[in-house]
Amino acid sequence: MNGDPARVAAKALTHPAAVAPSAFPANWWARAGWIALAAYVVYATSRLDFTWTRFVVGLDQGARFIGRMLPPRIAQPDTLVKGLTESLEIAILASSLGILVSLPVGLFAARNLMPAWVTWPARALIAMCRSFHPVIVAILFVKAVGFGALAGILALSVASVGFIGKLFADAIEEISLKQVEAVRATGAPFLSVVGYGVMPQVFSRFTGFATYQLDSNLRNSTMVGIVGAGGIGGTLFAAFQRFDYDFVCAILLSIIGMIMAGEVLASWVRSVFLERGKVDEE
Amino acid sequence: MSAAALVLRGLSKEYAKGKPVLHGISLEISDRGITAIIGPSGTGKSTLIRCINRLVEPTAGEVIFGGQDIAKLDRKALRLARRQIGMVFQEYNLVERLTVMENLLSGRLGYVSPLRAWLRRYPPADIERAFALLENVGLASYANQRADSLSGGQRQRVGIARAIMQEPRLLLADEPTSSLDPKTSVEIMSLMRELCTERAIPVMVNMHDVELAKRFADRIVGMSDGSVVYDGAPGGLSDEVLKAIYGGEDWIA
Repeated sequence: MNGDPARVAAKALTHPAAVAPSAFPANWWARAGWIALAAYVVYATSRLDFTWTRFVVGLDQGARFIGRMLPPRIAQPDTLVKGLTESLEIAILASSLGILVSLPVGLFAARNLMPAWVTWPARALIAMCRSFHPVIVAILFVKAVGFGALAGILALSVASVGFIGKLFADAIEEISLKQVEAVRATGAPFLSVVGYGVMPQVFSRFTGFATYQLDSNLRNSTMVGIVGAGGIGGTLFAAFQRFDYDFVCAILLSIIGMIMAGEVLASWVRSVFLERGKVDEE
Repeated sequence: MSAAALVLRGLSKEYAKGKPVLHGISLEISDRGITAIIGPSGTGKSTLIRCINRLVEPTAGEVIFGGQDIAKLDRKALRLARRQIGMVFQEYNLVERLTVMENLLSGRLGYVSPLRAWLRRYPPADIERAFALLENVGLASYANQRADSLSGGQRQRVGIARAIMQEPRLLLADEPTSSLDPKTSVEIMSLMRELCTERAIPVMVNMHDVELAKRFADRIVGMSDGSVVYDGAPGGLSDEVLKAIYGGEDWIA
């Protein structure tokens, strides 16, 4: 290695002819890492039969596919509207349920307020909720409760608990304990300590997480239908299988519309709840 | 001499085993007047105050308040004892994002159920008293402002008002003026003395400003290295005594 810089400098002074220390010492580990990555990319490409000709043929096919999508055509307006409303319902119900459950779970998972025997199970639950993609959870729930929106609601609720619960717990772990101490010193019962010492400090961030999750649930609710858990996803998948590409296009456009509307809704919710806390935007 | 509001017997605290911060403190705090605890930083003044309402758990000793030993109470009983002990903090410790009124009413949390507190359904008498108290501390027009919009002096006024809202039988103050300028410090101490004298609430206050302590306290307890080295009238604080408390002498003018 380079040795003590002071000694190197001293050596350079006493022996001017000696080799000057390098300003940019080589990092062989980093170089090896880059080479390994490049080698793996080449290897994986060869294994997956990813060739230039296939790509060019694919481009052609893609163009034909897009051609068949245009102009968009609403083949089954009733199915489309039903799918969209169901997706919206799934998203809102799942968000509500998820937020409701994640409040206590997040609180229990906060290590600065709770003893280890409470935080451990809560953290384990959160980790479990986070470990699977909503679609996988949806497949499990379809098996458990059957096809339809209920499975979608439950699947997205689980995802919401995982996401909000974790961020909520982290937010609580960053609060000022001085304010909590003061409320505790008044002889307040635990729930009042939470209501006055903890919640005011995390509420604006919690609202942020919740509206973000609503947004995310809205997007995911259009997808769980592919595995039969309700919503517009099922309609989309069916249209794909029937090669109704113009209808597919109409569905995709309406999903984009719904997501945008959701974005507006989420920012409205934020502004309502955070109206009195404008100064604390972090 | 009046009755004792608080009796400490052999109160000790060790944060790390074998390194006591408090060495068996024994004190009697009478049921009125201001008792100032002075001493250098890190001498355990703050720990002493926090051991009384068990924001810090004492390692050994008794804290006799209202006829019972606080050090031995279970959670429920401790909560009931804390309701009767107001506390004022160095950094005010207001709930920043709540309004001044909500902060004041949080002094009543020990008496109001969590649900009613959550819904802000306080008894009308509490709310009336809160408004009157805000008037007393000169913040009548600030009731609906958020605590984090106030200046330091204003915050400490709210802190004192919150403690008084508890209708405490003892007020603890942990360096209440250390974050304030000299003029505001005097105002805060005057306010505290006024409010507590009116209501006959005894005050136990930590300070490191000797002059301020002399000016406002009826009794001074000097601590050094976790032990009481002086206990008496402010007038008895001679240079000798100050040397015993703080060590050295160059700083004494």
